[in-house]
Formats: sequence, C-alpha cells, structure tokens
Amino acid sequence: MTDHVLTYMTFFPLAGMLVVLLLPGDRHDLIRWTSALFTLPPLLLAVWLYANFDPAKPGLQFIEKAPWIPAYNIEYFVAVDGISISMVLLTALLCFLCIFASWGIDKAVKGYYALFLLLDTGMMGVFVALDFFLFYIFWELMLLPMYFLIGIWGGPRREYAAIKFFLYTLFGSVLMLLAILALYFSSEPNTFDMTRLIAQSHKYGTAALPIWPFDRLGWGFQHVVWMALFIGFAIKIPAFPFHTWLPDAHVEAPTAISVILAGILLKMGTYGILRINYPMLPVATAELAYYFLAALGTWNIIYGALCAMAQRDFKKLVAYSSVSHMGYVMLGMASFTSQGINGAVLQMFNHGTITGMMFLLVGVIYDRAHHRELDGFGGLAGIMPLYTGVSALAFFASMGLPGLSGFISEVLVLLGAWQKYPILTVLGASGVVLTAGYFLWMIQRVYLGPVNEKYKTLAEINGRELFTLVPLGILVILLGVYPAAVLDLLRASLDELNRTIIPHLS
Amino acid sequence: MDLNNLDSLQFFYPEIVLTGVILFLILVDLVVVDKRWVGYFAFAGCLLSLWATLRLYVAPEGWLFHRMIVLDNFSLFFKVVSLVAALSVMWISFSSREVRSVHQGEYYTILLTSALGMFFMASSTNLLMAYLSLELVSLTSYILTGFLPRNRRSSEAALKYLIYGGVASGTMIYGMSWVFGMTGSLDYARINEVLAPGGMNHLTLFIAFLFILAGFGYKIVFVPFHMWSPDVYQGAPTPITAFLSVGSNAAGVAILIRFFFPAVSRLGDEGNWLFLTGVEWPHFLLYVSMVTMTVGNLCALNQQNVKRLLAYSGIAHAGYILMGLVVLNNEGLKAMLLYIIVYLIMNLGAFLVVVIVANATGREDIEGYRGLARRGAAIPAVCMAIFLFSLTGLPPLAGFVGKFFLFAAAIREEFYYLAVVAIINSVISLYYYARVVKTMFLDEPSPADQQVLMTPKDSALLGVLSSLTVVFGLYWGPLVHYTNESLRFFMK
Repeated sequence: MTDHVLTYMTFFPLAGMLVVLLLPGDRHDLIRWTSALFTLPPLLLAVWLYANFDPAKPGLQFIEKAPWIPAYNIEYFVAVDGISISMVLLTALLCFLCIFASWGIDKAVKGYYALFLLLDTGMMGVFVALDFFLFYIFWELMLLPMYFLIGIWGGPRREYAAIKFFLYTLFGSVLMLLAILALYFSSEPNTFDMTRLIAQSHKYGTAALPIWPFDRLGWGFQHVVWMALFIGFAIKIPAFPFHTWLPDAHVEAPTAISVILAGILLKMGTYGILRINYPMLPVATAELAYYFLAALGTWNIIYGALCAMAQRDFKKLVAYSSVSHMGYVMLGMASFTSQGINGAVLQMFNHGTITGMMFLLVGVIYDRAHHRELDGFGGLAGIMPLYTGVSALAFFASMGLPGLSGFISEVLVLLGAWQKYPILTVLGASGVVLTAGYFLWMIQRVYLGPVNEKYKTLAEINGRELFTLVPLGILVILLGVYPAAVLDLLRASLDELNRTIIPHLS
Repeated sequence: MDLNNLDSLQFFYPEIVLTGVILFLILVDLVVVDKRWVGYFAFAGCLLSLWATLRLYVAPEGWLFHRMIVLDNFSLFFKVVSLVAALSVMWISFSSREVRSVHQGEYYTILLTSALGMFFMASSTNLLMAYLSLELVSLTSYILTGFLPRNRRSSEAALKYLIYGGVASGTMIYGMSWVFGMTGSLDYARINEVLAPGGMNHLTLFIAFLFILAGFGYKIVFVPFHMWSPDVYQGAPTPITAFLSVGSNAAGVAILIRFFFPAVSRLGDEGNWLFLTGVEWPHFLLYVSMVTMTVGNLCALNQQNVKRLLAYSGIAHAGYILMGLVVLNNEGLKAMLLYIIVYLIMNLGAFLVVVIVANATGREDIEGYRGLARRGAAIPAVCMAIFLFSLTGLPPLAGFVGKFFLFAAAIREEFYYLAVVAIINSVISLYYYARVVKTMFLDEPSPADQQVLMTPKDSALLGVLSSLTVVFGLYWGPLVHYTNESLRFFMK
C-alpha cells in the first residue's frame, strides 16, 4: 500500500469518476456522497504522507517509476520533495472540501462531479509527476474539465470566460511543449526524466543565438527555453500581462471551481518555475529572474492591488487580490535567499487556504443574495454575525495581520527580497498597505454600516458551509502561530534549489 | 526481386480480390431485390482483400509487373489505410439516409474502384502508373461527389472538383513529361540513377517538380490547390466526404513520398534524405506547409457548416502533415504515417457524428448541433468532443500523439519557426473546434430541435473509434512500432 501512495492519491479520483459515471443521473445525493468518498482517501493519504515525509532529506521521496513508452524513454515517474509536498497536501484538502462546497449544484450533477474528479486527478498529477511528458499530460488534462466546469455551470458570461481561459492556457502549454521537446533533444541520451535533465543542466547552451532578436539580447538556447516555459507558467500564475483571463474565469466559475482555480491552479505556475526553470536552466534563471520574476512580481503586487481597489464586484475583488498576492510568491522566489524562497512556497500554501476561504465566503453570500455588488450590501455583521466573524478571519489573514498565516509568508518574502532588491521590496511592501486599503474598504461597505433592509432576512451560514470553511480557518490560525509545521517540510529541498542557482548569480 | 507479369500475380491477391468483388457487385446488383445486400457483399469483399493484404506482410519485397508497381511495407501500409477507410465508410453508409436514396450497386462499385486506385497510388514506381492511378482515384471521386441525384450542391461540387482536378492533373503530367524528357525514363529507379550524379539544369528540374507537386498537392489539399475542398466536402454525400478526407488525402501523401523520397532523393547514413543539390523543393514545401495550416485554420474560424468546417480543418491538417516532409528524414516520414493513422481515426469519427446528426435532423450547420448533449445524444456529443479535441491536439488523445511526433521531428532538425507557426495554429484551431463543442454542450436546445438517436451499427463504430482515440493517446507504443516497420521502401 505505502509503496504506491502517490499513485493512489492521483488516481483515486479518476476511479471515482468512473464510478460516478455508472451511477444513475437522478440520484444526486448518491453522486455527491460517492464523490466525497473518493476524495477522502487522498486526503487521508495526504495526512499519512505528512507524517511520514522526511523533512531532513532534500531529495525526492516516495519515488515510483515504471516504463510507459520505453522506445522514447517515457516513464511513469512520480515522487514528492519539499517543493511539491505542500502543494500535494493543499490539493488533497481543497478538493475534498470543494466537493462539499459544490453541494448546491443541481444542474447535470453527474457531469459536474465526474469532471470535478477528473480535474482532481489532473491537478494531483501535475504536482507529483517527475517525468516531463507525464507532467505535460496531466497539465493539459486539467484544461478540458475546467473548460466545461466554467462553461456549463458558470455565470452569465460563462462561455466567453471558459474559452478565454482555454485559449490562454493552451497557448502557454504548447509553448511549453516546444520547450520540452527542445530539452529532450538536447539531452544525451534523450530523456523526459526531470532528474536526468537537471543533472545535465550544464550542457544547455548559454552562448547567444545568431538569430534576431536573441543576438541583441544575448540570449542563448537556455534563455529561449526558459522564456518559453516561463510564458507557459506565467499565464497560470497569472503574471502581468497574461492575467486578463483570471478575473473573467473567476467571476464566471461556480464557487468551488473558483476555489480550485485560485487555490491550486495558480500555484502550478510558480510551482512549475521552481520545479523546472530553476534547476534545469540555472544560468538563465540567474540572469532573467530579476526582470521576469522580481520586477514583474512587484508590478503584479501593486497592479493587482490597485485593480482590486477599483472593483465593484465582490468576486472580482478577490480575484485581483490573487494577482496581487501571487506577486509576493514571484518576488520571494527571485531573491534566492533561504527566507525568500521558503516564504514564497509558504505563501503559495497560505494563499491557497486564504483565497479558498474568501471565495467560499463570497459563494455563501452569493447563494443567498444572488448578486455580488459590493455596494449592494451593508451591515451584514448585524444579520449574519457568525459569517462575518469567519469572513474577518479570512480577510485579515489575506491582509497580513500578525498571528495569521498570511503575515508569516509575506514577512519572509520581504525579508528575503530585501537582501537582494531593496527598492523592489519597498515597493512590494507598499502593496501591503494597498491590500489593507481595499479589504478594509470592502469590509466597511459590506459588513459594517447600517443594515440593508432588503437583506434583513438572510439566513446565517449553515453547517455544510462552515464545514468547508473551518478546516481552512484552523490552518490559517495554526500556520500563523506555528509556521514550522509547513516550513520544516520545505526547507531542505528549497535551500538545495537555491544552491544550484547561487553560483550563477553575477 | 523483379517479377514478370505471371509471377507477379501471386503477390497481387488484394487487388485481384478487389477487382473480382467490383465485377461481382455489378452482377449482384442486377439480381438481388434487397439492395442492402450489395453493400454487405462489398463490405465482405473488402474484408477479404484486407486479409490478403495482411498476408503479404511476410512476402518478400520487390517490383511487380516489370517494375510498374512495388511491393514493400510502405505500400502495404497505405493499402491497409485505404481499406480501413473504405470499410468504415461503407459501415457508415449502411445507415446513412443520403446514401439510401442513391443506386446502391453503382455507389459501392465506384467506392471500391476508388479504393483500388488508392492501392496503385501507394505502390506505383513508374510515372505512367502514378498518373493512371491518380486519375483512377480522381475520376471515381468526381462521380461519388456528384452522386446525390437532383441536388444542385452535389452537382456543383462535382463539376468544380472535375475542373480543378483536370487542371491539376494536366499540370502534373506536363511536369512528368519534363522529367521523362530529361531522364529518358519513366521508371523511378532509373530516374534516380540518372539524376544522382547531378549535372541536370536545376531550374528545369525545379519547375518540373513544381508541376508534379500541383497534381499531388491537389490530392493532399494544400494551398494553393485547396479551393475545391470546402465545396466538395459540403456537396458530397457525407460518407464520401469522410472517405475523401482520409483516404484520398492519405493516398496523395503516399504518392508524394514515393516520388520525392525514393525516386529523386538519396538516403543518407542516419536516416536523413539528401535531395538533389540546387533543387530547393523542400524549402518551398516548408512555406507551403506554414501557409496551408494558417489558411486552413483562419478560414475555418467563421464557418457555419460543420462539413465545411471540417474541410478547412482538413486543409490545416494537410499543412501539419507536410511538416514531416520538410524535415527530410525518416523520423519526419514516420511522424507523417503516424499522423495519417491518427487522423483517419479521429476524422472518420467526426464525420460519423455528422452523419448521425444528419440522419436524425437533416441538418449540417453548427446551429443544428445546439444542445445536442441534451437531445438524447449525449454519447455522440461526448464522442464528437473527443474527436474534435483530438483534432486540436490535446492530450491524452491520439491527435496529441500525432502532433507531438510532428513537432518533435521539426524541433529535432531545428525548424523552430515552423514549430512555432504550427503551435500557434493549434491554438487557433481550438477556437473553432471548441465552438462546435460549445454549441453541443453549453447551448440550450430549442423546443423545435429534434431528438437525435443512433442505430446500433453507428454506435458500435462510434465506440470503436472513440476508444481508439483515447487508447492511442495513452499508449501508442504499438502504433509507433507499426509505423516504424511501415517505413521501408524497396529501392533496388
């Protein structure tokens, strides 16, 4: 059993999909509970994984390898290390909770849960795959269910949002495919095995290519491949200027899918950069990180925050806050300091839990009021005190209030970045103020002030909704006071990763 | 081996069986009352021919009929492809409403004759033979296109096809006459011997090759010889459209590869082909490939008719297939063969769904697919989505594997611009494929839209094609092995 723990975690939901497809379509509750049943084992296995993961070891653990297409050296190769473990845990948790967050869906329930479980497999696969080809398959596998989940169960402009998401992501991933092929043919013997590609990282040329514009920029093979991969990942993060799909997709997607999008899919961008760009193309990383990660990340922080401030739609505000918060991740990982990179990965985890909570909270109010206009509410604190309390926890965590998890990761990122890019850090830190600005303004408009007569009878948050929020809330508080619970898992691998880049920094 | 007429016959069973069945069908059509039997006999004949073809895999390679045609794995591959295409198309025809209205005897006879022509296209090693086989396929295609009686669109398409085809094959035979004039031979092997030392006028050869390309290009449907395809695809009975899109396209690729590789190029040590120095047809094809895929995809964006949309998507796919040619090595050719199999499966599948919908509703426009998933046709809709996303090239579907190998071949030989153009095209193509998917799943059906039901025959084939699309997307080892084995030319 324990030899194949990652395989079970990845493919349990897929088995669940097959079972769900066999169930009669009108037995909605049966389908829901079956789906929950098939996402529970990955969560339990994740807990087991957490307990058995050796944090002192920087290398891969729980390795599974099997030949898949031997003629092309394609393998089924999965494993976890410090870079991916936190994401695996987050995926298992959020997927389980989102099954319950989707309870209110009553249109084509069978299709929804089948696609959701397929999505779950795709996401888990991306985080555990160590074979480039396998990684790509899982990466693309997520697109199809996501397209339908937004396109069928989304809001009024769902078709536009779905195809926009699909086109953007496909564009990024085909660029990535070219990069994968370029790396494959540069390796000797040709391989898709990431560990072997990393071992040969010194072979990928850095001398400027004789083609315009690369000769002017001084970019070699490594830089071009880096850029192709980066664009693919940047679209997922989403880094400016590739972020425009995100507000649309988030606003139109059903609540649970927004949670998955913000909580897990966005992390794949930064995860991919850490997993692939960093160790495989260290020279290019060292040379390009300043512009494309640090500077762009800072711009993301400020731009996202300013956009969030201007929103009138509750969900759009949270969506733009994601753009802003993912900027911290980029800034932190570009610093190549222990604090910075650990902070960045911790921020990925924390953003997953906090934004997950925020989207769930928006979903709760939307289910009752059927709109998300920030100016259309007022005085919710008087009507729904419990809801307001949970909301406050999430929003203050996102703002970076000390004692809650967001604070720790942002401080670590800024501490790390300060050592390398003081000016960018100052600018990035100003994002904290802007964040406080838009969240406090939003809290004032929605929760405080005079009670809006129209919503006097809104029902308090119910047990099922609390059930999805409480585990995340506990994590937010827990990691705010004891961040080592996650940080310890990461440190060995991430410091090792830093060491591969630092010699190349000029 | 180089056999005379009588000795050749023992390696000629697939063609003999097919010819026999064609003649038999004409007789059967006269006697049987229930015309459905004509189709079943044709189907059985094809199966018999397929069996005979597969048996030839153990036979020695060599020339037949005084070097007119050749028996090698490459020709067998395309024979299998044509037969599989013909078999599937006949299967689709059994339940097609359009086909039921036409004369069954002629329909199946001509269909089989077309398949026979494709056999010769794949195996001819003589310019004359190549021309004749191409004409055989063309003539039968014209008739099949215009097969719908009292249908203006069908007649118009046939006429257009005939005129384009006439011009293209005239140009081609003119080019062939130049080659004959320069080399004094029609035989591919002799042409190769004469051309190999060089010394021919480069420009003359280049122009001759261009003329010949016109004839091949119109079969494969690449720009600028693509104008006929949307009209023909739309006008022809849908099963025939399916047959043209996979069968005639594949046969065109076969004749093109056979002429431009074993006949006029030389095989290097590492599986790379050295074309005649100075004659830059691969460069020319590089641009043709890029333009073809771009034109195909851009034109497809705004189509309202599914058959027209698939016609333009077919043009784009011809562009992708050409990628394998311009890299000038065996890896590229293998990728082309692989793509042909994959394209055969997914495109037949897509056309099958078009037939199913047309049988139930008589509609071929995208609007007719509105809310298909909720009109009793959830399974065809899901299968159509699988085929269309496979045509886009999304994993884990077979189309991805096909594209993957084509891109890999291009990247390996450092044709980066070609690869970039191809991936941008893949993204563009997603838009129009997804539009069909959107109409089927995301749009609500209006109360006036009929239910769409399928016959057991259709569902069986649909099941086979869609599961192959998924299975080959996940495990394509055997497929690659087969195409690797198929890339064996008999040259001397």
